[in-house]
Amino acid sequence: MNTVVRDSTANTAVRKSSATAITGKVLVTLVLLVLSTVIFWIPFYFVIINSFKSGAAAADMTMAWPTAFHIIDNYAAVLSASEHMLIRAFYNSTLLTVLSLAGLIFVSSLAGFVLQRRERTRGAATLNFFILAGLMIPPAVVPTIWVLNSLNLFKTLAGLTLVEIALHFPFCAILYKAFTASVPRDIDESAFMDGCGGFKLFTHIIFPLLKPVTSTIIIITSVNIFNDFVNPLYFLPGAENATVQLTLYNFMSMYLTNWNLLFADVVLISLPPLVMFLFFNKRIIAGMTAGAVKG
Amino acid sequence: MTLSQKKMYSLFFLLPAGIIYFTFYLLPTVMSLFFSMTRWTLTKWTYIGFENYQMFFEETSLRIGFRNTLIYAVVTCGLKVILALLLATLLTSKIWFKDYFRSMVFFPTLLSTIAVGIAFSTMMHPTQGVINTALAAIGIPGPDWLGNTKLALFSVAFIDVWKGVGIATVIYIAGIMSIPQHYYEALRIDGGSKFRSFWHITLPLSRPAMNSVIILSFIGGLRTFDLIWATTRGGPGFSTDLIASIIYKQYQAGFYGLATAGNVILFIGISVLAFPLYMFLNRREVEL
Repeated sequence: MNTVVRDSTANTAVRKSSATAITGKVLVTLVLLVLSTVIFWIPFYFVIINSFKSGAAAADMTMAWPTAFHIIDNYAAVLSASEHMLIRAFYNSTLLTVLSLAGLIFVSSLAGFVLQRRERTRGAATLNFFILAGLMIPPAVVPTIWVLNSLNLFKTLAGLTLVEIALHFPFCAILYKAFTASVPRDIDESAFMDGCGGFKLFTHIIFPLLKPVTSTIIIITSVNIFNDFVNPLYFLPGAENATVQLTLYNFMSMYLTNWNLLFADVVLISLPPLVMFLFFNKRIIAGMTAGAVKG
Repeated sequence: MTLSQKKMYSLFFLLPAGIIYFTFYLLPTVMSLFFSMTRWTLTKWTYIGFENYQMFFEETSLRIGFRNTLIYAVVTCGLKVILALLLATLLTSKIWFKDYFRSMVFFPTLLSTIAVGIAFSTMMHPTQGVINTALAAIGIPGPDWLGNTKLALFSVAFIDVWKGVGIATVIYIAGIMSIPQHYYEALRIDGGSKFRSFWHITLPLSRPAMNSVIILSFIGGLRTFDLIWATTRGGPGFSTDLIASIIYKQYQAGFYGLATAGNVILFIGISVLAFPLYMFLNRREVEL
């Protein structure tokens, strides 16, 4: 009898504490939902809603619901402004991103592989030092322009591509090097015995095994290069071959009174990273964490 | 190293990377030491010794960059280190919609800095901006966030934290997730509170993650340029000019030698501040 009573009191206690736990959880969730809305959704909403308004309405800078929607007008106006500068910019940025990535993957996978396999040899420490330095020390801009200029590459997409490769190389090489360590050396030996020497060993056996890092690098570096503002500003100036980030900057002075158009540009430029995020959310986070910890 | 290994891991494989990295990064960095002591156009130069450096330290509009850059780096780094740790602790605990909140915190990291800068500079408009309108609604007169010389640098730092806290948070989350669960269980059995489990387990054991966050955000802060350029362009006056924005301004004005001296100062500054910090943090890690 006694035990039964004790049991039932214990049960109520458990139920009570789980009830308070749930109330607590609901409260925490509500607070977080409100906070995340205020801190993150309001800026997004503000930009998007104002890109739908007329110029005069957007100049009020309020969050009010538009009285009239000018979605198509605004976006068409932005896309056709200054002889379709934005469309050309999207083309330039895409080309820059694709070329830089192709180059980066080629040079840094090869380098990462050899650096890892020769880790204990003479000179490896020096090479590692130079690569680590590249992660920390900002590039010297005017001397870089001097180099580009002497090679006739200043203000060309090719020149900017080479600079992007050089500047993203340390991050990519370190990721490749870390991942190569998990590819057993026995594979190299046996492939070599089978007559798969040097470069062929790399392209046919090793590189396919590095696919996970390659995709991480593609996702992260493409977002970084697409969003890059500083390097195009220095090394590819001029409206003619602007990248998307520069159009934003050019529109800033051009559209000082047309906030709706400026915001439409902001929305368009944020779409590619958003798409990447929706598809590769987990991969991006994993890759950025790995890069940070290894670096 | 055997002959077959020499062939398999041929040094020629380092050549493509080496040539590009040397030509477009290492060479300019080394040459900057020389060019910072010259007055030059891209084709001709005259050696002038340390005059550029002297000017950097004497001219108020240039010297202010040191103070601003240091304040900016310390403020953004400090806020990110603390906020991200709290966020990560929250986002690894048992809450609902965890994935949604994590995505929310992380997403701004992927946005273009210029876009974020433009959006916030409108929201921070002194009279019409969303922030001050909201403050006015509850009876607080909002300041001129980006126009007040004392406040502007901190407002930009706030935007930086908004955008960058996500990456710091995911680094912490990775660190916290790697802490073995039985430590927490042991503490719970001993009747430890949630605060104690944070203070005695999460905090000390996420040290490696914290070190990465400190180093990354501190160096990031010292190098910042684009956010300043998208919001204040160094103004009002020179109150938000960082070394990187001063370099750009001097470059635009055609003072290539001076701009390069700024680069060298930034390079030395980062080496002097970040390398010892890195060593110090790693030493502490070993002691633990």
